Amino acid sequence: MSELLHRRTVVKELLKKRGDMVVIGGLGAPAWDITAAGDHDNNFPLWGAMGAAAMIGLGLALAQPKRRVLVVTGDGEMLMALGALATIAVQKPKNLSIVVLDNEHYGETGMQRTHTGYGVDMAGMAKAAGFARTMNITAQKDVLRLRPLIDGMRGPLFAQVKIDAEKLPLVLPPREASYIKNRMRISILGPEAALHQ
Amino acid sequence: MTTVSKAAKPAARAAARRPRVAAPRPAPAAPKPVMPAGTSHWAEQVHPMLVEAGIRQVGLVPDAGHSRLIQLCEADKSMRIVRLTTEEEGVALLAGAWLGGEKGVLLMQSSGVGNCINMLSLPVACSMPLLILVTMRGDHGEFNAAQVPMGDSTQAVLEAVGVLVKRADIAADVPEMVSSGLRLAFNTFRPVAILIGQRVSGAKDFRKLTQPAGDINE
Repeated sequence: MSELLHRRTVVKELLKKRGDMVVIGGLGAPAWDITAAGDHDNNFPLWGAMGAAAMIGLGLALAQPKRRVLVVTGDGEMLMALGALATIAVQKPKNLSIVVLDNEHYGETGMQRTHTGYGVDMAGMAKAAGFARTMNITAQKDVLRLRPLIDGMRGPLFAQVKIDAEKLPLVLPPREASYIKNRMRISILGPEAALHQ
Repeated sequence: MTTVSKAAKPAARAAARRPRVAAPRPAPAAPKPVMPAGTSHWAEQVHPMLVEAGIRQVGLVPDAGHSRLIQLCEADKSMRIVRLTTEEEGVALLAGAWLGGEKGVLLMQSSGVGNCINMLSLPVACSMPLLILVTMRGDHGEFNAAQVPMGDSTQAVLEAVGVLVKRADIAADVPEMVSSGLRLAFNTFRPVAILIGQRVSGAKDFRKLTQPAGDINE
């Protein structure tokens, strides 16, 4: 039996030499994970709005079609927005990738089991919705294949990555939402367009 | 329990209905939505305003009251229509659009407002502009009791979560309210909802829809 993947190692691998990639982190552990890999102006870690991550990714991907947009979120957060898989599949954004770190538990609320722990296959749902590329990942070798696929921009891509349900020390991103918004807009649009239009 | 013979019953009822004083003049018909001569559906004026404001993404869950505006936006190549499975997707969509430098508008029926409340924490906390055009149900002349609880609380719940709310109750006011809503949202970085009253688009009478097609237009 292979050992389960570790969330911080997976995210660090995905964000290595990220270039101008834009990253949305779903609330809870994925937000801490993308911050642990290195806080960045192009990170948008969520502190709330559970179920928003994938759709924020869609709005960004449509607005910035030449940029890679990566949504890193948890199984509980993605389960709250399964309809978004249908919405995204209809729009077919080639530059959008969604990576679900699936520990089969609600980690922030006491490790209650989620639906994926009972066998719900979200990558299968994304495939049925019409995502161009879907993957169920359990091994490090597939994590290594993931980043080139994200860079290839032939999405939308959906990867469900099974990970260990470990509890790790939090790595907190900046907390003020307006700051997180403005630093990303300035990074993407430049200060003039971001602040004066 | 008193009983009235079948023969006496209609006469007794007629007597009870007979007015004792001269019948009042029939009440004037409820004013119809005013459409000044020479103008067309409000959407014909609103669509160019959205274009002028640089709206690029239109998130929507359809409502009959929005159908003309949806047609105009669908026919406009400068706009991307994003069909949503539920309205709160659109709140997140347009947050992402704003992060990426695009403006959007969200179209929904008042029942969809209830789906959005927690998601609205995003534009409220981030000080992001967001314009939502809400066609009202459970409002003026509603037929369907199921629409009333949400329709009657739409404005209150939006305001409670921090959205600025303005209303238009006659068609002639809709373009002006949308224009002011665009300015308010995008100049002051806030979520704004314009409620388009049911008086503008009319209430659906389901009983009429039980008639064969052709008889339903009065």
